[in-house]
Amino acid sequence: MSVVRIAAAALILAAATGCSRVEPWVKPYERENLADPIMAWDRDPVSSSYMRHVYDSREGARGANGGAGGGCGCN
Amino acid sequence: MQLIRAAAMLLLALPAAAPAAVLPDDRADLLYHYYDGGGVTIDGPSLLVRKKFAEKYAVNASYYVDMVSSASIDVITTASPYEEERTQYGVGFEYLRGKVAYAASFSNSNENDYNADTASLSISQDMFGDLTTVSLVFSRGWDDVTRRGDPVFEDDVDRRIYGVDISQIATKNLVLGLAFETITEEGFLNNPYRQARYVDPDAALGYSYQAEVYPRTRTGNALSLRGRWYLPYRAALQGDYRFYTDTWDIRGHTAELSYTHPLDDVWTFDVHYRFYTQDAAEFYSDLYPRQDFQNFLARDKELASMQSHTLGFGVAYEFRSPVMSFLNRSTLNLRYDRIRFDYDDFRDLRVTGVPPGTEPLYTFDADVVRFYFSGWF
Amino acid sequence: MEKILGFPVAALAAALLATAWPAAATDSAVPAPAFSLESRAGGQVSLAELKGQVVMINFWASWCGPCRQEFPALDQIYARYKPMGFALVAINVESGRADAEKFLGATPVGFPILFDPDNAVSGKYGVSAMPTTILVDRQGRVRWQHRAYKPGDEAKYIEQIRAALREKA
Repeated sequence: MSVVRIAAAALILAAATGCSRVEPWVKPYERENLADPIMAWDRDPVSSSYMRHVYDSREGARGANGGAGGGCGCN
Repeated sequence: MQLIRAAAMLLLALPAAAPAAVLPDDRADLLYHYYDGGGVTIDGPSLLVRKKFAEKYAVNASYYVDMVSSASIDVITTASPYEEERTQYGVGFEYLRGKVAYAASFSNSNENDYNADTASLSISQDMFGDLTTVSLVFSRGWDDVTRRGDPVFEDDVDRRIYGVDISQIATKNLVLGLAFETITEEGFLNNPYRQARYVDPDAALGYSYQAEVYPRTRTGNALSLRGRWYLPYRAALQGDYRFYTDTWDIRGHTAELSYTHPLDDVWTFDVHYRFYTQDAAEFYSDLYPRQDFQNFLARDKELASMQSHTLGFGVAYEFRSPVMSFLNRSTLNLRYDRIRFDYDDFRDLRVTGVPPGTEPLYTFDADVVRFYFSGWF
Repeated sequence: MEKILGFPVAALAAALLATAWPAAATDSAVPAPAFSLESRAGGQVSLAELKGQVVMINFWASWCGPCRQEFPALDQIYARYKPMGFALVAINVESGRADAEKFLGATPVGFPILFDPDNAVSGKYGVSAMPTTILVDRQGRVRWQHRAYKPGDEAKYIEQIRAALREKA
């Protein structure tokens, strides 16, 4: 568990000390394909949350479904 | 009833989808869902609306109903078929400031023998040139459990979920995701209607039932990896893998592959295959050698050794001119999934006249349909 | 479990307060990199031919929500300040023109649209956000940059344009 703690703290301190210092290797104007609606992790939240419910109520495993990020990165 | 527990937790996943940098577009979705499998039929509507203000704040609200008609294998062998209805309301708020998005949500799920309240908070930030998005989610759940036909029984469940989600743009055409979540539950964690069975030579069937006894705590950890890849002719391929383990010794692996193919800016087709395998809980058994065999007794097939296979298809049609004047885009969607559940140590007790413990292993197929209209405004 | 996440959460909160995104910009008096790009109206438009005017360069794409949102405001600004020696060029960064044409068909604007499909000009200008709006003065120097767009940002654009228009060539 201390590994989780160190990793989380490292990530957050990296953010604090300068998110903008790392030169992005995918420029904001190169995100055309990533901004395409078909590249969204979850195009239909109502349908996918329903399916997660179908599985969570019949299987033992749950969680870590994910969903943030990607996309156009605008603003 | 377990549906509610799953739903309560599942809602907690919603804030993790809070974006950073741009709030998602305003939309409304109206869905009809239908499930038929293993003697259970559940259908009902679901509605979700979200709206943003000044590109800084967003509100969302949801309404969901399950109309359940259950003659499942557990119900048939130990009880009688029943019908019930579960209703769920949810509301959420988002606040976007620069690269950071804050979200809070609350939901309530209610049916005649289970009430669940859930609250969650999340914070999400874009960093490293907007290539990385990190989200932290914290949720609390409070459930009240009762039992139909038993005015005395009442218990509760206290739930806490902590999650981290990292999304990383790898190339112009590839985005990766890593998520970790830990779920702790305390309280009455079993289904009050399920029973365990034990060998009983004096019984007509050769076995008798007794109440399940579960531990009062359960902590589970899930780690998932996923990747979505843009194919040059305009299509998307996604792979997901999740590993789950908990203090009941359940170990689950989930793997999914999905493919999305748009056509002419009007049609979008999806196909996916999902595989799940699980090792049984440590205290689970389909048949105990005698009554009160051990401290904890469980015969809920959700805790059994099992696999599930899903093959699913989806088609979406985008209207050329939106159906209603205030919409700037609208789609009609149909998704169908066929799921096969195979159990390695849960037997089909509808088969009688054989020595206990030799009944065929249970397996069933389910059809799941979602038919919905989405509008963006 | 709270102990595990308590510290990182507190650190995150502190970090977020410290790194609140500054949407506005850097002043500099660097000569604006030269470019000559194909225009939607036909022919080429170069920065050199606009020298003497105040030039606003907007890098945009049809897949970028805030970029699309910004266009009507830019159109109004263009119409208002053009007679005073103001030029506005919107450089589209997409690899193909089809999606941009579709958007412009639905949302026509008066200012010139230029195409930078290989992103050479975007690279020269160090575009680090979508959209990016750059103000070049009458002498061809970059005076102001604005990254991102939220409704209301056009007031800042106007402020900078008016200041630049008051200057001599």
